[in-house]
Amino acid sequence: MAEVILDNVSKSFGTNTALADVSMTVPDGSFVVLLGPTGAGKTTTLRMVSGLDKPSKGSVSIGGRSMAGLTPAQRDVAMVFQQYSLYPHLTVRENLEFPLKSPILRTPKAEIARKVGEVAEILQISHKLDNKATALSGGEMQRVSIGRALVRNPAVYLMDEPLSSLDAKLRSDLRIELKSIQANSGATILYVTHDQVEAMTMATHVGVLDKGRLVQFGTPREIYENPVSIYVASRLGQPRINLVPADVFGGAPEGAATIGLRPEQIMQGEGEESFVERVEHLGDQTQLHLKFKSHDLITVTDAHTALTHGDVVKIQPQNPYYFDATGARIA
Amino acid sequence: MAQIRIENVRKDFGTFNAVKSSTFTIEDGEFFMLLGPSGCGKTTTLRMMAGLELPTSGEIYIDGEEVGQKPASQRDIAFVFQMFALYPHMNVRKNISYPLLSQGMARPQVRKKVAEVAEILGITDILERPVGGLSGGDRQRVALGRAIVRNPKAFLMDEPLGALDAEFRQHMSEELRALHDRMGATTVYVTHDQLEAMQMGDKIVVMNHGVVEQFGVPQDIYDWPATRFVAQFIGSPSMNFLEFNGTVGNGAEHVSLGETRFAVPRQLAGASGALTLGVRPEHVHLSDAASYRGEIIASEYLGTTQIVTLKTAHGQVKARIPSHVPVQVGESTGLDFDARTLSVFDNASNLALISETNREVLDHG
Repeated sequence: MAEVILDNVSKSFGTNTALADVSMTVPDGSFVVLLGPTGAGKTTTLRMVSGLDKPSKGSVSIGGRSMAGLTPAQRDVAMVFQQYSLYPHLTVRENLEFPLKSPILRTPKAEIARKVGEVAEILQISHKLDNKATALSGGEMQRVSIGRALVRNPAVYLMDEPLSSLDAKLRSDLRIELKSIQANSGATILYVTHDQVEAMTMATHVGVLDKGRLVQFGTPREIYENPVSIYVASRLGQPRINLVPADVFGGAPEGAATIGLRPEQIMQGEGEESFVERVEHLGDQTQLHLKFKSHDLITVTDAHTALTHGDVVKIQPQNPYYFDATGARIA
Repeated sequence: MAQIRIENVRKDFGTFNAVKSSTFTIEDGEFFMLLGPSGCGKTTTLRMMAGLELPTSGEIYIDGEEVGQKPASQRDIAFVFQMFALYPHMNVRKNISYPLLSQGMARPQVRKKVAEVAEILGITDILERPVGGLSGGDRQRVALGRAIVRNPKAFLMDEPLGALDAEFRQHMSEELRALHDRMGATTVYVTHDQLEAMQMGDKIVVMNHGVVEQFGVPQDIYDWPATRFVAQFIGSPSMNFLEFNGTVGNGAEHVSLGETRFAVPRQLAGASGALTLGVRPEHVHLSDAASYRGEIIASEYLGTTQIVTLKTAHGQVKARIPSHVPVQVGESTGLDFDARTLSVFDNASNLALISETNREVLDHG
């Protein structure tokens, strides 16, 4: 496994800038998740590392070796895409064996069988090993394509939304599996998603991208608890952070334009009156939709709250975030 | 607007039984969810309410009138499909006017109705625009407008947000629910997304393999699932199942899993054999003092909380605990459960055993 370094990488397509001066270190043995909405530059970043695209400016190195001019095959990376691409005429087992049977690798037969068995077990496809790839469901095909990357031992795994086509239950199982595979094997993974739960639960580091720029890089906890901007604060947290003009509550520091309150940063019981608009029982917790001085706020409360539509709740901010007019965090 | 009553409704397609005898009532003005995995019969049930399928047996009452064998056109119901079924060659106004004009309503009156509906949906300023260039949200609002404008007795919606991405979906579901709260129209909504059902619904019917597994308000279904299926389908992560062999007597206040005795709500029915103790992740507490042990195999940070996965003698258990509690993968810890919240299931029937705490919910169906 190896460290990946992006040094001032930019990429333009015609007049459109897809990536602007991205510098980032993916430490050896880390699980880095790139997070951002469609068009933020996540996939472009991945393609720079894989060699499927060339940077317009800047450089990429893997394990201390410059990747300039190297093809994807020469880079020793394993890729998993959102859209699975299997060999339809081969069985699941043959698909999984394929990367190991490369003449360059010369993997012994017993070793291939062991690897394939192990990976099939992890991905819950052992019982389908002798099926044709085309006889699988979409979710199973995607697991096979993840498996085809896992049987190898590359310098870095590159994954582009590999779980997005799977159902919720399987996604949650595989989140844990991928993370434990990574932690136990010391693999380096660069992973792209727009799913905040994947980013928070799996990553050792999250890189938040906005319009081609890397705007924050840190542990999930740093990104969640110490966001540098409104944009970053809005990427994580469910329900999303409440954003209202800073003067709606007293005590805003100078220069503050917006106050940001995660649902748990709204304290109930003291402060000013708000009105309960709607109560949503989600089972483990209840979301309160509040009206406060004509602003909508969402907070969470006890699952079995007696509050209903029309009730009055006193609220006050607790350790809120303040942002200036440009959206940058100032306190 | 109207009450909808489903009584012993069954649907067969040839030899395939899509819906087994189903009975439930949708009260006037309710936002009602039909929830279940694909193939569970929820869409077939909805289509029978609409008159797009006719039941093989049973009755459907809309506003007290039995309509089971009547065609859709005689039911005065608006059906909203997975979105974006608009007439592409017409502008927004014509799309919304169409159902009224085809009913023969006079043009000035149509204008007035369309203006009203556009106001409700906040699309007044796009009435003259072609539908081709509209955003996803606006297209959806237009589709809703076309349903609302007829003033039907009820709205039936089949996964209307299914095609949208997560963020936009959240936004539209809030908008849809707010629209319902303003209009108070009886709405039946099909989804496979349990969170959407919990969040939007006044009541939920949970279906599986053509059978109604449970019917009730969201919090009751979450707290006191009637079956193992409901317990696992509702909630994320789903309810932990600790399977054991044993006997639970009438009046029992404990169950024994191997060496460990867990306090449970007082049981009102006995069962023995293969049983399951069900515990929600937020009711599992890590406590060094507890005698029931588990090894921490994963921890997933979620902001305010974290999900900790533990390996126990009875399989994996997930706990939802505050994120500031330090946990170390590989360490062993004790587990405590909130006794009042536990369910016991009989694996043979898959049903929850009746206890003092779930009796009220489960007796009502």
